[in-house]
Amino acid sequence: MTEERWQITVDKGTCIGSAVCVGTAPNRFALNGVTAEPVEAEVDPDEDVLGAAESCPMEAIRVVEIGTGKVLAPEE
Amino acid sequence: MTATSQEPATPYPFGVADGLSVHPKLAEVRQNTPVLRIAMPYGGDAWLATRYDDVKMVLADPRFSMAATVGKDVPRPMPNIQTESSILTMDPPEHGRLRKLVAKAFTVRRVEALRPRIQQIIDDLTGTMLTSGSPADLAASVNWPLPITVICEMLGVPLADQGTFRQWTDGLLAIDGDGSKSQVNRRHLQDYLAGLIATHRAEPQDDLLSELITARDVDDRLTEAELVNFSIALLLAGHETTANQTGNFVFLLLANRGLWESLVADPSLVPAAVEELLRFVPLGGGAGFVRIAKEDVVLASGHPIAAGDAIMADMSSANRDESVYPHADQVDFHRPENQHVAFGHGAHHCLGAPLARMEMQMAVTSLVTRVPTLRLAVPAEEVEWKTDRLIRGVRSLPVAW
Repeated sequence: MTEERWQITVDKGTCIGSAVCVGTAPNRFALNGVTAEPVEAEVDPDEDVLGAAESCPMEAIRVVEIGTGKVLAPEE
Repeated sequence: MTATSQEPATPYPFGVADGLSVHPKLAEVRQNTPVLRIAMPYGGDAWLATRYDDVKMVLADPRFSMAATVGKDVPRPMPNIQTESSILTMDPPEHGRLRKLVAKAFTVRRVEALRPRIQQIIDDLTGTMLTSGSPADLAASVNWPLPITVICEMLGVPLADQGTFRQWTDGLLAIDGDGSKSQVNRRHLQDYLAGLIATHRAEPQDDLLSELITARDVDDRLTEAELVNFSIALLLAGHETTANQTGNFVFLLLANRGLWESLVADPSLVPAAVEELLRFVPLGGGAGFVRIAKEDVVLASGHPIAAGDAIMADMSSANRDESVYPHADQVDFHRPENQHVAFGHGAHHCLGAPLARMEMQMAVTSLVTRVPTLRLAVPAEEVEWKTDRLIRGVRSLPVAW
């Protein structure tokens, strides 16, 4: 039985506040002032989180699998 | 649409887009009735959000739907009802399904890798113009061929076809009597892209069209109609906006010589200047797309919007909001904060923004460093503007040096 969890971080120095993530996954991201942040830093696996991270023009969203440390986004 | 206000609606647009000026009524509205009831030419009344915080909210809040407008008699500037869904009219999560297929190609990191090639294109175009001699039409020499060449190479569209597809993309953006011109040109583009998709399918290349075909054929992540319409959107948005806006920017710089000279004296100001010009120059002729409230929503300013109501967000008004930008009606390359909404906000924030930004920065940098004596070849008031298009731009930009 796997109880995989993901950790989401937004690099505030890189984020330009385009709110693509907020519009794409409104339950997962919110604007705090001029930059975005995750609503919850640790979440159950959720494709919407990856979709938002992949759509970030700045690649400011990092999604890591807790436990394995595997980077799920950004790619490469 | 349901009217939730007893006030009579104000006819909108307020007037014909005149050059690069913002209609004076907009400042008055922003001050006195920031969420105004407007009567659109077709489809009835809508709300118009004019303040920065409200505009951002309308653009990003998923309770305001674009998809709910497709095929509906919603308030709109043109007679024909938009019946075809495209990435521009999709809501999350459908929108994200398409966007993420190409989002990686347009990140700042990936676009930065194109810099040497884009510089070469700019150098070639500028060199040809200089060799042909003064005066010249900068729009035809540099502003249009630059983004067209770049998006053609990225997508895998033959540059040699630009003579035909440019007529169609231009025609698609036309505002004419019954909207038939736009529809006819959309069909031309659909046939053209369907043909290109067929050749790419037979012989895949290292380009975005081939990637999208793989996403369709191998992974079934979009339909054939979505593939065609998405390709049109990329081709069109990939050059019409950047080409027109580059012309608008250079016109404004040359018509206000002090601004041009400040960049000649210090080209390192160009990135900040481009951000300020993005804020200041209204690209659209008016507020852009209409959205429908899926439920009752209270805007940032406290104004209630009822479920089912139509609302438009005026981005150029938000960019002139004095509560956010002191002396908003002045161009200032030294603003400490400049988070404008020229590229939109939220899920539909311009996919190509990093590319557009870089192309415009590089084009302006090249001109101020290579042709510092550039000037308008005719008086500024004689430069001709397009008036029957959804976005603003010069018909030609006569320059001398």
